[in-house]
Formats: sequence, C-alpha cells, structure tokens
Amino acid sequence: MNIDSIKNGIVLDHIQAKKGMEIYNTLNLGELDCSVAIITNARSKKMGRKDIIKIDKNIDLDLDILGYIDPNITINIIKNDIRTQKYHLKLPQEIVGIIKCKNPRCITSIEPELKQTFILTNEKEKTYRCKYCETLKED
Amino acid sequence: MKNLIDIKDLSTQEIQELIEVAKDIMQHPQNYVEKCKHKKLATLFFEPSTRTRLSFEAAMMELGGNVIGFSSASSSSTAKGESVSDTIRTIGCYSDIIAMRHPKEGAPLVASIKSTVPIINAGDGGHNHPTQTLTDLLTISCEKQRLNNLTIGLCGDLKFGRTVHSLITAMSRYENIKFILISPEELKIPEYVKKEILEKHQIQYIETTSLEEHMKDLDILYMTRVQKERFFNEEDYVRLKDYYILNNSKLTTAKQDLCIMHPLPRVNEISTEVDDDPRAKYFNQVRYGKYIRMALILKMLEIK
Repeated sequence: MNIDSIKNGIVLDHIQAKKGMEIYNTLNLGELDCSVAIITNARSKKMGRKDIIKIDKNIDLDLDILGYIDPNITINIIKNDIRTQKYHLKLPQEIVGIIKCKNPRCITSIEPELKQTFILTNEKEKTYRCKYCETLKED
Repeated sequence: MKNLIDIKDLSTQEIQELIEVAKDIMQHPQNYVEKCKHKKLATLFFEPSTRTRLSFEAAMMELGGNVIGFSSASSSSTAKGESVSDTIRTIGCYSDIIAMRHPKEGAPLVASIKSTVPIINAGDGGHNHPTQTLTDLLTISCEKQRLNNLTIGLCGDLKFGRTVHSLITAMSRYENIKFILISPEELKIPEYVKKEILEKHQIQYIETTSLEEHMKDLDILYMTRVQKERFFNEEDYVRLKDYYILNNSKLTTAKQDLCIMHPLPRVNEISTEVDDDPRAKYFNQVRYGKYIRMALILKMLEIK
C-alpha cells in the first residue's frame, strides 16, 4: 500500500496502533482544508504495529493533547521534501478542557465557566489529578 | 502567605511560627485584644457548621475585629444562582479576609484565584480542612510537647475522613512518626494516601480492624466520626456508624500519658464516661482551635 510522501507538512509517527483515529478526531483534523492520511497497523521494527498520520500542511498542533494521548509519538516537520525537525513528546504538566472530572462533589460540576483542568502528579505512573478536588483521572 | 487552601500550603517553619504565636496568645491574651481593630472577617458558610464558624468568629472577636457573613447557602446569593467566583469578588469588597466552607470540593481554590483578599479554606466537602489540621498540630504540640517521635492511632472512617488525610500529610514531615490505622475494611485509608504520602515519605504504618490490639503502644488516639453526609447509601452508613466505641474498659492497657483527640462533633464513637479521664483532650482541642485561628488570621493579615 502506497501513500504519497508529502512536500510540506507534518508526519506523526510511532503512534500506538489503533490510536490514530482518536488523535484525528481529538485534533479535529477532519476540518482541515488539506489532505490528511491515516495509516493504521503499519509494520514497525520498534513497536510491532503502529499508526501514522500525514498532514499535507504545516499547522499548529496542540502538543499537550498529543502528549496526553500518546507521549511516545514522534513529530516530523517536512519542508520542501526534507525533514527539517524531529521531536519527541512528553506528558504535559497540565491538561485543560479535555478530561471531565467524574467527582460529583467537585466544584467543576456546578461552576459553569470553570475550565476542567488536570495536573500531572506522578510522571512515572502517568497520574493526573483534578486541579480542584484532586480526584484521580479515570482511564 | 496569601491563602490557606491546603495544609501543604504551609511549610513546617510557618506551622511552627503559627504554633508559637498561638501559645503566646494563650499566655498573654491581653496583648492581642486590639490587634485586628477595624478589620473585618467574612465567614461564608455555604454548608452549615456551627463549630468551625463560631471558632473563626470568636477568634476574630478576641482580636478586636468584626465579623460579617452567612451560615448557609440558602441565605446567600447562591440560592439565586450566583457562582462562587462572583460571590467572592463581591464579598472581597466588604471584608479584609474570608473564611469559607463549601460542600463542593475545590470551591475555596476557585475562590482564591478570583479573590482580592486572603481566603482560608474552612472545609470543602470531603477534601481539605487545613485549620482543623492546624488545631490538631497545636493540640499535639501543647499536650505532648513535641511533634516528632510519636505513635499515632487513627480510628474510624479513614476513607472519607478528610481530617485524617490532612493530619497524615502534616505529620509525615516530622521525624519518627508511626501510624496505626484502625478502621473497618470498607473504610480503610485510600491507596493513594498510602502510596503518595506514607510510602513516599517512608512512614511506618500498620493497618488493623482492632481498636484494642495496639492500644498500649499509642501516644495519641485520634477518633473520628463516620459521617452520614459522605455516604450515598444509607444502608452502608447505618452498618458502619457504631463500629468503634471507645470506653473506659478499652483504655485499660493505654499509656498514662495517652492523648485522646477527636475533631468533633462525636456521635457514639467515644462513650461519655471517657470525658472524665484526664487523657481525654477533645474539648481542649476545641479551645486550641480558636487560638490557632487567631494566629492564622494575624499571619494572613500580616499583623505582628
């Protein structure tokens, strides 16, 4: 199966297999006015299977959201057919507006303008807690 | 210090300073009677709590200050649908400092972000109650003359009991502290408290369902009430509420200088016969609560 290489754009590589669609939907990539290719279950020496997303345009990506969904993703920036930048993600210190606190006693359940915010409290165990009530994020 | 939301907001040095000021107030109350003259404390109690609210109000009055506020959400603009943020911004125009209790966890943090005056968390649901912890620390310091080298028994609701979690957090900073965690299986201390506080700070602890088993080893016995409002299920509450009742016979093996504490109010968990035992310190604890709140108000208003 062949997918054309891109001239100017972004390649999200080493996405955990089956997570490609989640990233596509969360980042609203379907609303872009350029080609976007999702390759799922591609063979990978390092990972066995992986997903890849190719975006045919250089756009601003929300790295915090990406890092939260899958901190092992590699981001490649392509300019004039050449990879000009490659960088790895890490778990964001703070996640805003993505996860909803499940604690019915949390202030976020009644305060309408409050943004749902989770803080990284244990990097080793990837633990996030609600900024307000400290409830653990549920998987 | 701008706000006190969580006991972790205070360093051990700041806690020590507060304890020293509180002890000085106890010894020389006349030196403090006008310290807060012309200052106003607002007590915003979105959930009823006679004890904590009156403790704050008595503290401010003994410092010569004034008190405004409300004692339930129904008598505030919240009943009209006002947000916590708006209420706080409004009350900040009338007062110099705010003590706030709210049933929603995290509400005082939201308030502190929006407030122009210092915020003291006077309890947010089952989450934090830092002035109770300061009260407990002053009690231990006065009754045991130390905050280190102690074996502390915590008994009752260790799952939902916020005072217990905060006390463990605060005491884990001192040397040679050992906890005996006494609770029914259903109300055991949460895993995250064990992992993120006790094990992280290499604090020794034993979990048991027996109140008597380690009684002889205890320097402090901290009893707690099983709180009805923390349960979604009435049946569970009824089954667990009388699981532990401390009485004179259970104290026969206890040390002569044991310090028995309780954040109060109690229901059945300490028999009234224990009240006459000199080791019962829970009413002294109430008094200490007022003094530590006086010290805290002075510190937050930056009054020397």
